[in-house]
Amino acid sequence: MTGILTVCRKELADHFSSTRFVLLFTLILVISLVTAYIVGTGLREELKDVAKPTFVFLMLFTSSGKLFSLIQFIAFFGPLVGIVLGFDAINQERSSRTLSKLVSQPIYRDAIINGKFLAGAIMISIMIVSIVLLISGLGLRLIGVVPGPEEIWRLVIYMVLSIFYICFWLGISMLFSIVFRSVATSALAAIAFWIFLSFFINLGASMVADAISPVDPKAAERNPELLISYEQTRKAISYVSPMTLYSEGTTTILDPLRKTTQSILMMGPMERLSISRFQNPLPLDQSISIVLPHIITLIAITMIFFALSYSVFMRQEVRST
Amino acid sequence: MNEQTVIETQELTKAYGEQVAVNHLNLKISQGEVFGFLGPNGAGKTTTLLMLLGLSEPTSGKAWVCGFDPTRDPLKVKRIVGYLPENVGFYDDMNAVQNLLFISRLNGIRDDYARPKIDELLKLVDLQADPRKKVGAYSRGMRQRLGIAEVLLKDPQIVFLDEPTLGLDPDGSHQILEVIRSLSSEKNLTVFFSSHLLDQVQKISHRVGIMLKGNLVASGRIEDLAKEKFGVEQEKYTLEEIYMKYFKEGQS
Repeated sequence: MTGILTVCRKELADHFSSTRFVLLFTLILVISLVTAYIVGTGLREELKDVAKPTFVFLMLFTSSGKLFSLIQFIAFFGPLVGIVLGFDAINQERSSRTLSKLVSQPIYRDAIINGKFLAGAIMISIMIVSIVLLISGLGLRLIGVVPGPEEIWRLVIYMVLSIFYICFWLGISMLFSIVFRSVATSALAAIAFWIFLSFFINLGASMVADAISPVDPKAAERNPELLISYEQTRKAISYVSPMTLYSEGTTTILDPLRKTTQSILMMGPMERLSISRFQNPLPLDQSISIVLPHIITLIAITMIFFALSYSVFMRQEVRST
Repeated sequence: MNEQTVIETQELTKAYGEQVAVNHLNLKISQGEVFGFLGPNGAGKTTTLLMLLGLSEPTSGKAWVCGFDPTRDPLKVKRIVGYLPENVGFYDDMNAVQNLLFISRLNGIRDDYARPKIDELLKLVDLQADPRKKVGAYSRGMRQRLGIAEVLLKDPQIVFLDEPTLGLDPDGSHQILEVIRSLSSEKNLTVFFSSHLLDQVQKISHRVGIMLKGNLVASGRIEDLAKEKFGVEQEKYTLEEIYMKYFKEGQS
């Protein structure tokens, strides 16, 4: 245990003093503040002279204002934070020849990788919690609505999910830093993997779905089942992407009016407001049960990739060269 | 000198696929001894050190370090053995004290106990001058000396030094050798070191072992090896000549 804590403590100190992290952190902080401000003022204008709907507070995080919502923002750029925190975790130690020294100290070998992962996870948690708190604070001032206990719970779940989502990328980039000897290679590999899983997988999903269950428009007219099976295949493949899992999971958690993970209609805040007049919001446990598979898959893939890097690292020969 | 055996190997073998890095090595080293481990590059010296530390698993055979099996009890071995890898690395953006503190924490030494110890060791290796200087700005000789200090931090019973004087100027390597010699004589520390620089090995070792292509072709006191190879007293032959003789025999 001392080993893990010592490694973790040193890594934290390194992270806090490293320039690239400070830069990224500032960037994310600034952008999320700007987003919150735009969304907040937008909401205030729209809510003028109308009765405030329930869960207006959560709209701060979900409605996209002029640019994008915070959820979309974290879904896009959160992975970068994870990658930046982990891409040189092990191969940097290797190239500066400190790894052989570390493993010859009386600590279990896994203490090194656990300590590094723990330090990364702590950094990510600090980042997510402070961003959410800042936006909440700003939102309180801008729209003047205090969140109820259920909204706070939803936010907590959202934060946990975000932390796992970014930790997934931390795990991936650490795995690459173990497998690839060169820091540049592991960074590029992690970014390539990120682009692939986040952006190209959806294209790929349609193509694979076309191949597995092709839809002939004429046949589909008679047999709508075809369309359904096509859609199911496409969805199943797109769930490989942690970004899909994360954004569908979190939007459902943060938006009590959502009763399915799919957003079929693009809705502006006004449409949403009018819907909320006629529909009852889902209770928290119902929202959770809709996205439980998403949540579990997200946590599971995070753990799988960490376990993978763990076992690769434990088996690797340590040579000074 | 205490004759208690602290390092022992029995038929220790390491093979990477077809290639045998260390071939049935039998070795005994007593407490307080300075053992010089010689051999060309790739002869299996580092592999032997790694197996003795439990960092690499032997393909067959056994090893004991102070009575512990490094494969089964790596932590116990690492607690009493200090290892200085070839070309040791440090965290370049930290200073010497921070580097040593990190290692002492990994060894579970409390900071208030470690700090005076670090000062003492930095004085021993003549590095106390500028405590705030980042290690990245150190010269090669300074790094190597810092490495020695780091190895001694945990009060080891045995130290493994892999090429401790490689690439140092004569003055720098002389300093390191002096430290090694004094440790062995004053603290009864067992020193197991590998080197190419034969005249240096001759200066400080009690016994030497010569590795060629994974085989230990000779081991013993230098004068005994000279007698065995040339049939004459050692004074006439330097370790270099003995080594070259073994080396040429190994080639043919």
